[in-house]
Amino acid sequence: MVLVFAEAVNGHLKKAAFEAVTYGSQTAQLLGSQCVALTLGNVENAGQLGIYGASKVYNVAGSNLANFDSQVFTSVIAQAAEKLGATVVVISHTSTGKSLLGRLAARLNAGSVAGAKSLPDISGGGFKVTKGVYSGKAIATYEISSPIKLISLGGNEIPLQSTGNEVAIETLELTVPASRTKVIEVKRQEGIVPLPEAVTVVSAGRGMKGPENWGIVEDLAKVMGATTACSRPVADADWRPHHEHVGQTGVAIRPNLYVAIGISGAIQHLAGVNQSKVIVVINKDPEAPFFKAADYGVVGDLFDVVPRLTEAMRKFKAS
Amino acid sequence: MKILVCVSKTPDTTSKISFTADGTKFNDAGITYIMNPYDEWYALVRACELVEKNGGTVTLINVGGPQNDQTIRKGLAIGATDAVRIDADPNSSLFIAKQIAEYAKEQHYDIIFCGKESIDYNGSEVGGMVAEFLDLPFISFASKLEITGSTATLNRDIEGGVEILEVETPFVVSAAKDMAEQRIPNMMGIMKAKSKPFVVVPPVDFPDLAVPVKYVLPKEKTGVRLVSPDNMEELVRLLHEEAKVI
Ligand SMILES: Cc1cc2nc3c(=O)[nH]c(=O)nc-3n(C[C@H](O)[C@H](O)[C@H](O)COP(=O)(O)OP(=O)(O)OC[C@H]3O[C@@H](n4cnc5c(N)ncnc54)[C@H](O)[C@@H]3O)c2cc1C
Ligand SMILES: Nc1ncnc2c1ncn2[C@@H]1O[C@H](COP(=O)(O)O)[C@@H](O)[C@H]1O
Repeated sequence: MVLVFAEAVNGHLKKAAFEAVTYGSQTAQLLGSQCVALTLGNVENAGQLGIYGASKVYNVAGSNLANFDSQVFTSVIAQAAEKLGATVVVISHTSTGKSLLGRLAARLNAGSVAGAKSLPDISGGGFKVTKGVYSGKAIATYEISSPIKLISLGGNEIPLQSTGNEVAIETLELTVPASRTKVIEVKRQEGIVPLPEAVTVVSAGRGMKGPENWGIVEDLAKVMGATTACSRPVADADWRPHHEHVGQTGVAIRPNLYVAIGISGAIQHLAGVNQSKVIVVINKDPEAPFFKAADYGVVGDLFDVVPRLTEAMRKFKAS
Repeated sequence: MKILVCVSKTPDTTSKISFTADGTKFNDAGITYIMNPYDEWYALVRACELVEKNGGTVTLINVGGPQNDQTIRKGLAIGATDAVRIDADPNSSLFIAKQIAEYAKEQHYDIIFCGKESIDYNGSEVGGMVAEFLDLPFISFASKLEITGSTATLNRDIEGGVEILEVETPFVVSAAKDMAEQRIPNMMGIMKAKSKPFVVVPPVDFPDLAVPVKYVLPKEKTGVRLVSPDNMEELVRLLHEEAKVI
């Protein structure tokens, strides 16, 4: 049986959870088994997991699950895996998932793959999964040899597939330990798609000259329904909030479309964005290294080009 | 205050990555190795700052072969008190974490630091594994850590924001950017490092449960298609009709 931990943010399941269940149900199909989803705490839209292939959805309730604590969540997910007899456990490669992955692997004595890019290859009785390594510069195939396998699925790696219908939620009685951490405050920008989940990202760098010029970037992002990002020097200079910084030391993203404005394309920047499906680069320097990693390029002054692109997008969206 | 910092060795961030012809091994010809940036710049430096302020010791730990000694010495030059190397090939995260946990379990560290991820395997796994083996809280991707008495206040980076939380020592933390400022070792640090205690211990038996068996390089981009800055309608058309991303 494949167990998927479906992660909620503020009591609501988002794309990462539906992707994990899609992945889990496709894995279950390969194994001739079934996919079961697990939600923790109050989750309002858990029934929707059935649409993406969960044959059952379990919920564990408890006030200790209101805030995320890797120790508490690990204990509960591991108990569920043991009780339900899971042989594959799937989670999302989000900040929550990354906090859980190592713990769960140790607890379940499971070989793990962090940020999986593909469904398992089970030919010849093996169990192989690919993932990005060397900060996106290469792809490795991992072979898992333990009886229980643990996978965290990278964001935007597989298309959502709806195969079924909403299902009823069943309650699972498990021991929920008390948390040893105390959450004081969560500051989250609301109403935006977080970068790791974003399908379209508009990003800008030092070519912008200063934070006061960001209006043209925000306008473009708004028209495109994109999340905004930035290069590291921009976040370091506090022109933009830190959670927007992408690259080797920032967030690694893999949107369908990455638009890079006034960013030179240093190798450490590329490390976080080179898995984007399509890259558009706008830069006034035709020698900027980013053009080598781009699909489409515009050589020009961003202060002219960006407003024009926004206008063209607006017309396209209106048509 | 007794602190342990887990450090790994990785190829320099600007390295060009390649593999042996059969794609089974990393080709390290011409590669310069460094201490994993998150371990060095953030975890180790913050650990040193805490000890400079509150007293105590910072021990470095690495799982690897003798070729790592130079990297470990650099950590001593930056300010760690002493170092331990577990003499084994670090082939899988769970193996590495088991070695660290076995060493740490008798030592009663107040804080165990890891980096947010190693820039070669990009697992973000070892910290959580050590925490689970030792039954300790784990705070991942911390961009700030302050401590008063035995209570630590941390900022944890989350999607689109930050979570502020409190935890009592002992705990495990993985360090992200902004936790500290990079330090360059000075001459005195480098001299002192030579006489700091550095022990090598044998590993405990533990199997590798997940290992890389094959590597490939991603498909090269076929070349950029340039669009005139005067014709953004054309770019929009290409993104819609050719690339199909809008
Ligand atoms: C270990 C390490 C880790 C790092 N991690 C990261 C990371 O995670 N993310 C990251 O981004 N960087 C990272 N860096 C920094 C990286 O090396 C570069 O310094 C950085 O990405 C450069 O940012 P930039 O492209 O915005 O600025 P610049 O390199 O200054 O480039 C600005 C670009 O804007 C263009 N430009 C200027 N004016 C205009 C105009 N009017 N119209 C159009 N184009 C214009 C210029 O031609 C230039 O190409 C890291 C560095 C190190 C050593
Ligand atoms: N061989 C190793 N020896 C000691 N610590 C390690 C080793 N490998 C990884 N780590 C630590 O674990 C962190 C996360 O590594 P990873 O799980 O590979 O992303 C690193 O930043 C280090 O702090």
